[in-house]
Amino acid sequence: MKNNNKFRMDVWGFITLATIALYLLFMIYPMAYLIKQSVIDSETGAITMANFAKFVSKSYYFDTLSNSFKVSIAATLLSLAIGTPLAYLFSVFKIKGKSLLNILIIVASMSAPFIGAYSWILLLGRSGVVTKFFKGIGIIIPPIYGFTGIVLVMTLQLFPLVFLYAKGALKNIDNSLIEASENLGCSGIRCFFKVVVPLITPTLLAAGLLVFMRSFADFGTPMLIGEGYRTFPVVLYTEFINEVSGNDGFAAAIAVIAIAVTTVVFLAQKYVSNKKSFSLNALHPMEEKKAPKGISWIIHLFSYLIVGIAVLPQCYVIYTSFKKTEGKVFTSGYSLKSYVTAFGKLGKSIQNTIIIPVLALIVIVILAVVIAYLVVRRRNTLTNAVDILSMIPYIVPGTVLGIALLNGFNKKPLLISGTMLIMVIALIIRRLPYTIRSSVAILQQIPMSIEEAAISLGASKMKAFFRITVPMMSAGILSGAILSWVTMISELSTAIILYTGKTKTLTVAVYTEVVRGNYGTAAALSTILTALTVISLLVFNTFNKGKELSL
Amino acid sequence: MSKISIKNAVKKYGDTTVIPQLNAEIKDGELFTLLGPSGCGKTTLLRMIAGFNSIEGGDILFNDTRINDMDPSKRNIGMVFQNYAIFPNLSVRDNVAFGLKNRKVEKDTVKAETDKYLNLMQIMQYANRMPNQLSGGQQQRIALARALVISPDVLLMDEPLSNLDAKLRLEMRSVIRHTQKNVGITTVYVTHDQEEAMAISDTIAVMKDGVIQHIGTPRDIYQRPCNVFVATFIGRTNIIEAKAADGTIAFKDGYQVELPGLKKAENQEVLCSIRPEEFVICKDHEMGIKGTVKEFTYLGLNTHYSIELEDGDTVEIVEESSIKEELQPRQKVMLQVKKEKINVFNKQGDTNLIRSGLYEEQ
Repeated sequence: MKNNNKFRMDVWGFITLATIALYLLFMIYPMAYLIKQSVIDSETGAITMANFAKFVSKSYYFDTLSNSFKVSIAATLLSLAIGTPLAYLFSVFKIKGKSLLNILIIVASMSAPFIGAYSWILLLGRSGVVTKFFKGIGIIIPPIYGFTGIVLVMTLQLFPLVFLYAKGALKNIDNSLIEASENLGCSGIRCFFKVVVPLITPTLLAAGLLVFMRSFADFGTPMLIGEGYRTFPVVLYTEFINEVSGNDGFAAAIAVIAIAVTTVVFLAQKYVSNKKSFSLNALHPMEEKKAPKGISWIIHLFSYLIVGIAVLPQCYVIYTSFKKTEGKVFTSGYSLKSYVTAFGKLGKSIQNTIIIPVLALIVIVILAVVIAYLVVRRRNTLTNAVDILSMIPYIVPGTVLGIALLNGFNKKPLLISGTMLIMVIALIIRRLPYTIRSSVAILQQIPMSIEEAAISLGASKMKAFFRITVPMMSAGILSGAILSWVTMISELSTAIILYTGKTKTLTVAVYTEVVRGNYGTAAALSTILTALTVISLLVFNTFNKGKELSL
Repeated sequence: MSKISIKNAVKKYGDTTVIPQLNAEIKDGELFTLLGPSGCGKTTLLRMIAGFNSIEGGDILFNDTRINDMDPSKRNIGMVFQNYAIFPNLSVRDNVAFGLKNRKVEKDTVKAETDKYLNLMQIMQYANRMPNQLSGGQQQRIALARALVISPDVLLMDEPLSNLDAKLRLEMRSVIRHTQKNVGITTVYVTHDQEEAMAISDTIAVMKDGVIQHIGTPRDIYQRPCNVFVATFIGRTNIIEAKAADGTIAFKDGYQVELPGLKKAENQEVLCSIRPEEFVICKDHEMGIKGTVKEFTYLGLNTHYSIELEDGDTVEIVEESSIKEELQPRQKVMLQVKKEKINVFNKQGDTNLIRSGLYEEQ
């Protein structure tokens, strides 16, 4: 509606201002505080670049930056290399048990990454099951610790993102494009590289960015499996937690550098993908065909192998959770003792894992719908500001946000650190941009004329929105909410900074139990987490009947 | 019921003026069509009347009520959208009843009125279905019922037939025409399809670049178009250069036609608009424009000829097919014109010289 483009102080105007105020208080203020900390000497109060100089000059710190880049780039490329062909095979060929494989891939991607790391240590570590087995027959497996391990875990964790993105994009390729290509003499693998990949490149770029951001910000994996190979989030965390050196300014400086790096990567990706953007719309999507006899077994082997490796750590963790433990070591035989400990000692964390995300989810859904409406239907300078503000969390690593919130809100009158509220706020800020994006996409697909029809029939704008538009959006919002929920219950990097004894969540509990060496309890807890995830995804499937998961 | 007066209406997007100073008077109970090529501002104008576009200058009145700043929900307008805009989350009945419920009409009345229009549009049997189970034509009927059930003062229709296939388009065209006449509601109808406009309208306004070129009955705009744009946009026509002097038109190769309507006009170079059916093809030595048959297309009822004139221009001619053989390519012919039908414009093409004279007096 063109006459909505000017800002007016009506209900929506008020909501716009309130949203901006919330963002200013809970996001901009702590981030600004963080930046201030990084450049101000805590004793003299003078502006100083000493913290940044320290980071750049000492290779002990500076190397972590290049380490992070190395693992993130490697994980991104590998994820693309695995996820894209797999998505293509799933789109064009009939594969036996495909729906099960689909669910397994999603489960693999939804688990907390460090659980994968921990499980690979159990399998391929120094005293891992597989390592021992091969040692027995005289084969030495290369060590899993360090660069290899981090990249392995991250790739297996993140290729499903590429897979899901690519599969969504492939659905938009009209079959006639493929037929045209075949007609012009380009088919099979050549067609995949010459036609299909270029067509989905914009999507692959977006997926690549997401994978890069996640792996760059991932804290749990390198912490557990990295050993000497220290990455950026690890040094950030240890500097922050390290109370002996007690230099808040230095940790803040590292956080600022992290944001700078992710911003540059984000902008670079935007620049490239804007140049390559075009829209696809398939009248007749590609149809699944039976694979030719000769290569059918290769396709099946490839698909099952990849998915098998991806879910292997999950399965092994579930298996060990039922093993008998003697103190901290697994012994032969099976028992439910780990679960008894888990529920007894850490029952509270299971509660927290449900309460905190639920609270966050309610706020997220409401805010996302409202902001999507402002951004799509009420374009003006202020709503544009809301749009831009809501996207900032994309580029802020979770650990950084955690530190910013903790530092910003640990003094009166803004004393909320250590409470459940701050954890809820952190989840809202981190997850909101995704839900907003999907709500915006849904809203953009609903033609304005539907609302106009309601208005011309005498409904007020507010009523038209809530009576007509929101019900039309609800299915999409609900499935988005369930996905948000799944990512929130497995969130670690912010929670690890913000938690206290009372607000410990499952992921934090798993992490601390792993660090303490209580592998049995950790396995039981992560099995509970996996069960929660699977149940949520099943709920998602029933709500989303027929439609496939897309991100 | 009301008439609509548009006085000096202006629409701007930022610094670009889309509609400069537009005037029109839409009579009570008539079906008024805005016709023009895409981007001519017809939908913009419709949405200004509906209240979905702001108005940057001038006034729009329903009877004597100025509605410029009235909220769209208060204007008592029925609107049919190009994509029908049926609420997919409501049943057919709830879609139709939506407007009445917003008006806090009593339950019994809602039911009675809804039934009346469901019956009128012959969709009673689908009343409890969801819209996505219905075809395009049926959805169109819902949209029309939904717009009419609130007894609006004005009905606005934005290319309502463009999403239908050719056969349904014809059927719905007459449904709309009959319903509009039955209900007697002032209707503004937007389309780019001139045949549709001809068939359905009482009055047509031909628009180009935000300016109304010609307002008139379908017969008026076809037979006496105001300018060359209208002549070429409505139907097909051949534009031929000529000279006008003392009430006579002289074509390049000497053929002359006397036109009483031109008597008052000054002597000048002119453009003649001669529609394909306004030529008469003569075979032998008579007066006329000399031409050579290039090709013909036999279409049953009519035969279309493409004839090259001596100066190299090609004209299109339509004749009723005769039982004899058609004219063959390369045959020489003489072309005469039906002088009471042709139109003559000044060199710029913006004034119909015949209109300004004889026609206006009729």
